[in-house]
Amino acid sequence: MENKIAVRIDDLTVAYNYKPVLWDIDLAIPEGVLMAIVGPNGAGKSTLIKSILDIIKPIAGSVQIYGKPYKNQRSLVAYVPQKGSVDWDFPTTALDVVMMGTYGSLGWIKRPGKKEKKASLEALEKVGMLSFKNRQISQLSGGQQQRIFLARALVQNASIYFMDEPFQGVDATTEKAIINILKELRKAKKTVVVVHHDLQTVPEYFDWVTFLNVKKIATGPVKDIFNDDNLTKTYGINYKVSVQQ
Amino acid sequence: MNSAQIEIQLIASLVAIACAIPGTFLVLRKMALITDAISHSILPGIVIGFFITHDLSSPLLILLAAASGVITVILVEFIQKTGLVKEDTAIGLVFPALFSIGIILIAQNANDVHLDVDAVLLGELAFAPFDRLILGGIDVGPKSLWIIGIILCFSIGLLIAFFKELKVSTFDVGLASSMGLSPVLMHYGLMTMSSITTVGAFDAVGAILVIALMIAPAATAYLLTNDLKKMLLLSVLFGVCSAILGYWFAHILDLSISGSMTTVLGFIFLMVYLFAPNKGLFSVLYRQRQQRIEVSLLTFLLHLGNHIEEEERHVKHLNEHINWQKVRSKLVLNLALNNNMITIENNIVSLTKKGESFTTEAIDYIVNNKNAEIENMKDRFFLFRG
Repeated sequence: MENKIAVRIDDLTVAYNYKPVLWDIDLAIPEGVLMAIVGPNGAGKSTLIKSILDIIKPIAGSVQIYGKPYKNQRSLVAYVPQKGSVDWDFPTTALDVVMMGTYGSLGWIKRPGKKEKKASLEALEKVGMLSFKNRQISQLSGGQQQRIFLARALVQNASIYFMDEPFQGVDATTEKAIINILKELRKAKKTVVVVHHDLQTVPEYFDWVTFLNVKKIATGPVKDIFNDDNLTKTYGINYKVSVQQ
Repeated sequence: MNSAQIEIQLIASLVAIACAIPGTFLVLRKMALITDAISHSILPGIVIGFFITHDLSSPLLILLAAASGVITVILVEFIQKTGLVKEDTAIGLVFPALFSIGIILIAQNANDVHLDVDAVLLGELAFAPFDRLILGGIDVGPKSLWIIGIILCFSIGLLIAFFKELKVSTFDVGLASSMGLSPVLMHYGLMTMSSITTVGAFDAVGAILVIALMIAPAATAYLLTNDLKKMLLLSVLFGVCSAILGYWFAHILDLSISGSMTTVLGFIFLMVYLFAPNKGLFSVLYRQRQQRIEVSLLTFLLHLGNHIEEEERHVKHLNEHINWQKVRSKLVLNLALNNNMITIENNIVSLTKKGESFTTEAIDYIVNNKNAEIENMKDRFFLFRG
């Protein structure tokens, strides 16, 4: 039987100052896949995730999460932004950052209580960071910060997870730990979408892949479409251009 | 103390608290410069409001001034979005323009309106108790006390209601936005509140010195704590302390109250900047010194590990060979000895078991240099503790 479609994107076009960064994207992400989005720098990978999550307004096209607009489906979605997008000198602790994952389901004004704290502690334990719960976030290593972000997404208890470069600047142990958790999520029938840079690990980590370079090049199971042809289409010419610059 | 003195200190303290609350978030959002812009560009709002109402403490005047503050922010963002200039340039373009409109408006109408540029810019707290609020024939206190009191209640109410939303949109705009906790709304809410507070505070410290009350307490608190709530409380505390101390300095030395308050703020910041336990200048210098010694120790231990020849390990030979000053070799040698990393027999230095394993792990760390392992290592080997 065909899998249900978790995320459906139709004719999505995004532009910054009238310069298109995503051009007419059609994409259907089946439920329960662990999908990598790959493409060169400036391909629009982060932008794609941000426009799915309504953080960036597209100039055309639509996004549906299980058949409905994102606005009605926020509770089904968790988001891990790029680690560099926040100020790690912010005066707060690891536990507090994880608790922020509960803010969405709490809605406006309501404060997190015991239930939210318990869930956050469990998430910290899952990523192996429980003993760092009261540590100020600037005193965590890059890998530990990334684990905190992952715990924050876990606490959102979503059906679909979007992660922007979760392996950026982490050591090998953390990378293994993170991928194990992502594989567990897939086992639990969750859908995980990851912006990924390391092409070598794609076949090992992911079962689904999307090649992106302003336009969608290809999308499908890794074993079918992760080949030289698609890699050249995605990276080949643009690589040369960027080297010349 | 007479009642006017108490009232002045009360007004100053309330202004300080009202400024510390938005100030904390502005500092964390790296928007300190925008308060500078707001504090200048509310002038046309104040002037137009004054022409209409002829009352510096009218609510309409406060709203108009707040509106011109928000317009400043919108204009700055608009210019910035064109991508032609950076944010600081945009700020520098917008607020002098609005400010000069205010100045021209005052100069144009100076003959028939009593509005003093100095009073708006610098404030005069000493006169605040003379302007009373009379309700039904009863004197209920100075007008400016009521104005800042109401603004402060509003500010505290909003802070308590939206603390979580403010926090998450300040720390992680992307997450807040994906959760539907509109960071844009929070941004403009904060800007509006900052503008209103600035207008409400100009009686006390003037529209310009209000920058000091917004930024300095928050910046001071930031150096002392790693907790947002504590940072808010500390900024409030620093603000109130400077307000009261500043008032008494001004009183004793016969100075301008607002000038004196700002000076105290600056002095408190300087003290904290120098002596704060973790982020203070002296503490940073001390840590850097420690790190230099650690690196020297590692270099020394690695050298010992690499050489079996006795002449390479002679105590006297070390300062010639590794090009160290005598003091430094002695310091490092003692440190290594005290931590049981080395033994010295007949002036020949040898690594102990502990020294060997420390060196091996240190090399591992340097080669892999990926995580903060050396911090844990120091704990395990009781470095600097033995």
